[in-house]
Amino acid sequence: MLDAVINGLSGLGAGFVSLHWSNPIMIVIGCILLYLGIKKDFEPLLLVPIGFGCILVNIPLAGLMEEEGFLRTIYDAGVITELFPLLIFIGIGAMTDFTPLLQNPMTFLLGAAGQFGIFLTLALALILGFSKLDAVSIGIIGACDGPTAIYVASKYAPHLLGAVSVAAYSYMSLVPVFQPPIMKLLTTEKERVIVMSSKGLKPVSKTTKMLFPLVMTVLGGLIAPMGLPLIGTIMLGNLMKESGAVSRLTKASENEIANIVTLFLGISIGATMDGRAFLNPQTLIILALGFLAICLDTVCGVLFGKLMCVMSGGKVNPLIGAAGISAFPMSARVVQKEGLKYNKKNHLLMHAMGANAGGQVGSVMAAAVMLSVLKGMGII
Amino acid sequence: MDNFTFGITMIIVGMGGTILTLWIMSLIMSLLTKVFPYKKEEEPN
Repeated sequence: MLDAVINGLSGLGAGFVSLHWSNPIMIVIGCILLYLGIKKDFEPLLLVPIGFGCILVNIPLAGLMEEEGFLRTIYDAGVITELFPLLIFIGIGAMTDFTPLLQNPMTFLLGAAGQFGIFLTLALALILGFSKLDAVSIGIIGACDGPTAIYVASKYAPHLLGAVSVAAYSYMSLVPVFQPPIMKLLTTEKERVIVMSSKGLKPVSKTTKMLFPLVMTVLGGLIAPMGLPLIGTIMLGNLMKESGAVSRLTKASENEIANIVTLFLGISIGATMDGRAFLNPQTLIILALGFLAICLDTVCGVLFGKLMCVMSGGKVNPLIGAAGISAFPMSARVVQKEGLKYNKKNHLLMHAMGANAGGQVGSVMAAAVMLSVLKGMGII
Repeated sequence: MDNFTFGITMIIVGMGGTILTLWIMSLIMSLLTKVFPYKKEEEPN
């Protein structure tokens, strides 16, 4: 009887006994993510479930990520299968208005330049000794696009998924902090005050808006078939929105489905942050490379904006190049704010929104191109 | 394939492929906006 009581009592507090040194550190990191999400409003929809998932998985003996554990079940069902990022993409497509991009199609090019950081960081990761597929998954942080980063990392480097996702979402929310100094550094006073009027932007017909997702899907899919799941889902969402024929599905995609999937995605990503696997020098290098990737995107975007400024005879304000990343519409707002700082009458928002929507398309296209090139080289 | 060749290939083909694809898209969309111009009747009442 006494033995049974003692044995029973030994089960209580067993978690303390089994605690690995890394677990308390990760619990603190989980709390920091919660703090950033709740108090600082940094991507709260993702950082709150990620932070909580991180705390859950670092409490020993609960077995949440073991076979048949509830987090493992969610992870296997939606992350391993790549279902969650793709479902979120339908919602993103349903929420995104590509009109500013279609009003000024040349901003597609800024959306392409804003992805160059992906490839430059990939090369840097290779130099630092990462394997090819690890380098691809690290470079994709530069897409500045959470679902794309998760899609690629879960498929080709699942062991890096936690670090890659946290980096992608955390840095995305830091866009207003790190973009302005880069923009200032790379442009002259004369360039920053170039006025871009929105009067020349003509409205776009509904037919064109509906044809855009179809053209993008067919053309993008034919050029880079490996990325069709990414391109197809975002464009399906956008076609539903623009057609107006399936408003119930559009609303479900941008609300219920996106919300439920975001919760499951966040908590299962947090669950990959077990301290024993997460706390190592490699994670720190990935976080640093991810930050560099997003900075390089801004650098390349602004430099391309300068090139467009020269080619257009000084009609393009290079600041809008910084919006060629996928952080939509945050980056466009940063450009508008910076433009006003140097010229109180210069409203760059509509042009920046075009570049920013181009960045959305560009990030998906860059990932699609990258995966298709890898397939072509026989690496995947 | 060694890492150097892989890295250079990814930079050239990846960056080039992305910008080429989006440039083609910009041309097609410019064409479509001309073929299907906005009409006043589309304005919501």
